[in-house]
Amino acid sequence: MINLAGRDILHSWGKYAFTGLGLGLLIGVTLSMAGIYRGMVDDGKALLGNSGADLWVVQQDTLGPYAEPSSLRDDLYRSLLGLPGVQRAANVTYLTMQVRHADQDTRVMVVGMQPGQPGAPRYLIAGRQIERAHYEAVADIKTGFQLGERIRIRRQDYTVVGLTRRMVSASGDPMLFIPLRDAQEAQFLKDSDALHNERARLRANPALNRPGLPGLVESLARAQESSHTVNAVLVQTAPGWDAEAVAGDIRRWKHLQAYTQAQMEEVLIVKLIATSARQIGVFLVILAVVSAAIVSFIIYTMTLGKLREIAVLKLIGARNRTIAAMILQEALGLGLIGFVVGKSVATLWAPYFPKYVLLEPGDAVRGFAAVLLICALASTLAIRTALRVDPATAIGG
Amino acid sequence: MTQARPAIAVAGLRKRYGTGETAMDALKGVDLTVQPGEVIGLIGPSGSGKSTLLKCLGAVTEPSAGRIDLDGETVYENGWRNRDPRALRRDRIGFVFQAPYLIPFLDVTDNVALPLLLAGWSKREARQRARELLTALDVAQRAHVAITQLSGGEQQRVAIARALANQPPIILADEPTAPLDSERALAVVRILNRMAQQYRTAIIVVTHDEKIIPTFKRLYHIRDGRTYEDAGAGRELD
Repeated sequence: MINLAGRDILHSWGKYAFTGLGLGLLIGVTLSMAGIYRGMVDDGKALLGNSGADLWVVQQDTLGPYAEPSSLRDDLYRSLLGLPGVQRAANVTYLTMQVRHADQDTRVMVVGMQPGQPGAPRYLIAGRQIERAHYEAVADIKTGFQLGERIRIRRQDYTVVGLTRRMVSASGDPMLFIPLRDAQEAQFLKDSDALHNERARLRANPALNRPGLPGLVESLARAQESSHTVNAVLVQTAPGWDAEAVAGDIRRWKHLQAYTQAQMEEVLIVKLIATSARQIGVFLVILAVVSAAIVSFIIYTMTLGKLREIAVLKLIGARNRTIAAMILQEALGLGLIGFVVGKSVATLWAPYFPKYVLLEPGDAVRGFAAVLLICALASTLAIRTALRVDPATAIGG
Repeated sequence: MTQARPAIAVAGLRKRYGTGETAMDALKGVDLTVQPGEVIGLIGPSGSGKSTLLKCLGAVTEPSAGRIDLDGETVYENGWRNRDPRALRRDRIGFVFQAPYLIPFLDVTDNVALPLLLAGWSKREARQRARELLTALDVAQRAHVAITQLSGGEQQRVAIARALANQPPIILADEPTAPLDSERALAVVRILNRMAQQYRTAIIVVTHDEKIIPTFKRLYHIRDGRTYEDAGAGRELD
């Protein structure tokens, strides 16, 4: 038997091509949405993987440092280093801000870290690691910065000495690594006007500026003007130690919150992006329904245009299943064209998204199966209509 | 001289639409016989039952009573003897319509081969048979073109070839010359007569076309659901 659906598609290929193109763009958007979700998850995993930590020690009763604010004293890491099972511990600060680049604001996550310690960029694609104590930076390639470029962060200029890749925050902002002391200053220190204002307040406070206590106001002012706060301490456990056991000791003896990699992954992926994931999920469902409605409408319209031919086919002895198979195959053919177009455009436009879009082969396979299923379901209305065509309608009267 | 077994014999055929007070008898006892190789005309005013008769003979509408014998075999008597009227249409009845109603996405050869393919013939054999029929109908040179490239007359010849494909004992032609001018209409009737002779197929032509009515050797009138044979018919086609 000849393939009636294939012949019909070839006969009206222009109509199919344009319809497939339109459907394909819709499928491309759907695949991209799935890719955006995968990219968000991958960004979260990259953030954790690239930090080189086994444990994240943060302020008690917080989900910090990525999901909630967390504030710790910067000498805390020393006491953590004294705990059994802790091999390395390093302070980190995280500050999301806008920096100017090429006359444009670029949103970055400024990471204050200690070179060579957990939290520092683990690999570079160009340049070198930070070697000086101040005013050097390593930037993720997505920031657009070049080696040797100067960036202004708050009151200081930094020189980009190294470039790295896939170092992003949980929300996909590229990272900019600077020395910890500089980051603390950038994050916590006040500007000159605020400092003058605070000093005046101290001097005007009779409880603090008492006769017979020379130097108290100055001491308090100095304490206020220097920052000894960080957001988290990243810990690497010693070989053979169970990270959860070490985290338990930190929670119990240091009255801090400590998260293992699995727990932090849950915080990032389950809690932090949960709303976005649901948003994308709802959008995917809507797109699936819209796609089904479009395919259904197109196939139904095409079938209505062939009712006479269907009546003739039935009159000359075509089985119902031959006609149903023709319509089903046309719907599946439309889905196939749409999927090929959709996958192609999703791949083509993925690099132009500001955030990472991860198109996983597994999603493509699942998407293809979903497209075929949707097309098959969408064709049922047209098949029902075709099967109800009376062959007698081919005969006049 | 003994007469051949009729290609189609219809006796007391009735068709009632609806039930109770709204019931309407479209056929009230039709009797009709057509011999193999014979082309008969069936004429009648609108609403006389022509289309209903054609649909009953074509196994697309089930009669209410009566009998239909096809090629000596009873195919209907208080229900279809063959449980699948679709197979009956496919294997034993050919159709030619007012418009050719060819399948637009198939070329000429495959349009003719389609009934054979639906009957399970191989593509090669079905296309071979289609080419033979197209040759017989003088459209072999157009075998591989799209049907949209054919003239109206050529399309009708292809439709006749399709109707003949399964070598059915009977072809039902529903106003096959309606859209054609006199010359082409007569040409189609000539072809039908030639094919009927060549393939020993009985052809029933339902028509309103005054130009072709005189060409039938036998003519049936249908009026108020009953058929009457026109004794005066019988002028030869030139």
